[in-house]
Amino acid sequence: MTLAELAVEAGKDADAYVAIVDEASTAHARWAGNALTSSALTADTRLTVIAVSSDARGTAAGVVSHRGAVDEDAVRAVVAAAERAARTATPAADARPLLTGDAVPASPDWTEAAPTASADVLARFATGLAATFERARMERRLLYGHAEQRRHTTWLASSTGLRLRHVQTAGVVDLTAKTEDGAASTWSGTGAADLGEIDPLPMYEGLSTRLGWGRRRVELPAGRYEVLLSPSCVADLMLRLYRAAGAKDAADARTVFRGPDGGTRIGERLTRAPLTLRSDPHEPGLRCAPFVTARGSADVAQVFADTVSVFDNGLPLSATEWIRDGVLTGLVQTRHSADLTGLPVTPQVGNLVLEGPGEGRSLAEMVATTRRGLLVTSLWYVRDVDPRTLLLTGLTRDGVHLVENGEVVGEANNFRFNESPVDLLGRVTEIGRTERALPRERDDSTPRTAMPALRVADYTMSAVSEAT
Amino acid sequence: MRRGLDASFSALPLHALADAALARAAELGAEHASFRLDRVRTARLLLRDGVLGGGQDATDTGLAVRLWHRGVPGFAAAPELTPRAAAGAAEQAVAVARACSAIGGGSGEPVGEPVHPAATWISSYRVDPFEVPEEERIALMAGWSRRLLAAPEVDHVLAFLTLVQENKFYADLAGTVTAQQRVRVHPLLFAQGSDPRGGGAATLRTLGPPTARGWEYLSGDGWDWERELAELPAHLAAKLRARPVRPGRYDLVIDPSNLWLTVHESVGHTTEMDRALGHEASSTGTTFLSPDGLGSHRYGSPLMNVTADRTAEHGLATVGFDDEGVAAQSWSLVRDGVLTGFQHDRRTAGLAGLERSNGCSFAESATHVPLPRMPNVGLRPAPGGPSTADLIAGIEDGIYLAGSDSWSIDMRRQNFQMTAQRCHRIRNGRLDGQLSGVAYQASTTEFWSALTALGGEETYRLFGADLCGKGQPMQVAAASHGCPAAVFTGIEVIDTGAEGLP
Repeated sequence: MTLAELAVEAGKDADAYVAIVDEASTAHARWAGNALTSSALTADTRLTVIAVSSDARGTAAGVVSHRGAVDEDAVRAVVAAAERAARTATPAADARPLLTGDAVPASPDWTEAAPTASADVLARFATGLAATFERARMERRLLYGHAEQRRHTTWLASSTGLRLRHVQTAGVVDLTAKTEDGAASTWSGTGAADLGEIDPLPMYEGLSTRLGWGRRRVELPAGRYEVLLSPSCVADLMLRLYRAAGAKDAADARTVFRGPDGGTRIGERLTRAPLTLRSDPHEPGLRCAPFVTARGSADVAQVFADTVSVFDNGLPLSATEWIRDGVLTGLVQTRHSADLTGLPVTPQVGNLVLEGPGEGRSLAEMVATTRRGLLVTSLWYVRDVDPRTLLLTGLTRDGVHLVENGEVVGEANNFRFNESPVDLLGRVTEIGRTERALPRERDDSTPRTAMPALRVADYTMSAVSEAT
Repeated sequence: MRRGLDASFSALPLHALADAALARAAELGAEHASFRLDRVRTARLLLRDGVLGGGQDATDTGLAVRLWHRGVPGFAAAPELTPRAAAGAAEQAVAVARACSAIGGGSGEPVGEPVHPAATWISSYRVDPFEVPEEERIALMAGWSRRLLAAPEVDHVLAFLTLVQENKFYADLAGTVTAQQRVRVHPLLFAQGSDPRGGGAATLRTLGPPTARGWEYLSGDGWDWERELAELPAHLAAKLRARPVRPGRYDLVIDPSNLWLTVHESVGHTTEMDRALGHEASSTGTTFLSPDGLGSHRYGSPLMNVTADRTAEHGLATVGFDDEGVAAQSWSLVRDGVLTGFQHDRRTAGLAGLERSNGCSFAESATHVPLPRMPNVGLRPAPGGPSTADLIAGIEDGIYLAGSDSWSIDMRRQNFQMTAQRCHRIRNGRLDGQLSGVAYQASTTEFWSALTALGGEETYRLFGADLCGKGQPMQVAAASHGCPAAVFTGIEVIDTGAEGLP
């Protein structure tokens, strides 16, 4: 019997139970100035129990989690604590009947053990990184970065018969290259299913070319520019849009997607550009959990994101279009918010794809057809300024290049920008080729992304940043 | 009142686990090995319009071994609290150091520190918040929500409550053994309103900060919640009537409820030595400061005096010992406007040529490699200085800002943009309605050079952040920032309502 099954069977006092077990195993290394700064192997297990109790007032949930060693005593203690919390809690507005095993088929790999990360994969990567350092030293460059191999297995069981399992594997490398005097800096980030798929040397070679563009420095003022946003920049902006796409938040008039007379903006054309923003748990290269896993819904970091309900655990996820050919077609829903808004149940999915109708050109090809504009490598410190317009502020980082007559002619200073990703979609004039993209601001829970480069008119560079 | 170490933590086989880990590390030839056992309990509540929207009670427990093996750093963490798992973590830490040895070390080893053979430290609080029944916690937040909802200006209220208890046990090969317990709490309410005449909408949040206190904080010990809840609807009504700001340069009177975050971003992170050494260059960024500037770099106005401190009562970063067994300290970062200090852990102290760390090693939990990061960092008030009203009275044409909101700063900690919960126009020394769209932009040294007046002790308040992110993988920490009200002259203000729109 798995730990998750043990937990749902240990329950006594509540009406129903959901148990989620997460086993995470990570190997990672960091380096700075061509030298290792840390290396680590970590493992942890987390058990989350949701106890559901109903009485004449309604249905309440108690959510308790325990991270650390989980033995039978720990299971019993967590279940008892969740039962106490359910008894204490007031009825939940989002309460819905739990999904059942009859409606959601069990995962065929339910009983399999969790895969783990090991030092071996880091050893192989370290060999490649050492060779990359050697090359960088010869070229008088300094490298900074982080490599990570992560294995995360989730089991979700319920007293109503759910038996779902998902394994998420990820390899990620961040690499920043600087000239020895620190005057120029550029970045590249790559994600894959396995760290072993990522070779740091080609990443460095790409960065080395871009550092060469910095031989000519161009000081540019604040203002509005045509920009070519790299897929990483587009990922950072679209993830902000996705985070603000809660249907209930829109219906409650808290976000940019609120309708003019109540309701939402679904059906409204956001851009004339034929852009489609979508998610699919089975997307090749971006596979993610095909069912809802909600470990709680009281996250202060997601203040206005009413997008998760513990009662929806196990809800199957499928391909969902949020924007189709420039028209807003979906918002993130729980079953509760779908009832309130009268819209389909479209829960959040753990990946996000933006694409145009055709294959699109590469970023290099887009540069070649640019008369004058800025090529932006990555964005940084992006923060909400006004949720009603989704106005964001942030900075360019590690490479802003001036493009003239189809060529990069120099490296420009960095800028602070103030832009809304929703408004920005209306100023897209070219959609590049969609590729797997790593946002600069992310953590383990950030959805995986595939994004195109975008050409955008009149991007608001609000101030000059002297940082290099 | 000092309380005892939580009995359920003391009952864990702390010493046996440490002995197993450190003995195995020594057998394997490790240098500087240390052992930690961390237990962090976090309870959260979320209420929407007074109705429970979610709650969580999470306990994270694990052990970790950190060491250097032939000059290469290694770290491993495991969930099982058994001597076998502890020894296994030591073996894995050595294995990962060996695996990465091809990369090459060279990033420094820890400096030595005085040994503390059996130290216990507990933070200062009166009522353990986890002893308060959950129904009482919910009832209090629901009551506060209903009070706000009773005001005609308020359409919706979101209420959060976060309670944290951290227990840490540390032991190292040098002989230091420490056990600690810290508690912090943070109630936070957002009131959303709309203006029936103009159709505008606005949100205002409570300013009461996270604090290292117990449940007594919610009864008014350290923050006047009654007053804040009573005043909030009127502030929201005024915000709904706010006029757009005219962009330009203004004299700003910044309340400590807003200035703390500017201190955090433009001084706290800026004086982290690992940033100066480039260790965060690919992640959270570097700093424009250099160790060469110690004692000579002009940071700002001569009025500017900033201290770093891990000893202040109720500070979020206050401890007895850091995550490398270094005793808590207090020191100067900026004196009379000149850079006088950095923040170090034991390794960055060594790289900076210092003999000792000043105790700034932090780890979010057992699974996190300790990082150097900021302690409590505060701007000192002017002894016998003016009140906030006096500061406002001295401004002919300016803006008074209260409460932190949006923040963003570049990767060398220079260009920043900040907004506020409330922005009041100042005309001829008096407040004259609220403004919308106000964001102040500046470069760090330009901003601090524009500091022309400081409030006195009566304006000094302790605010802080409990979700500050740094490192890869990202980990969070908490730090307090005390400051007085202050005047900054001729600061660039933009209208965010006109930015980024056609």
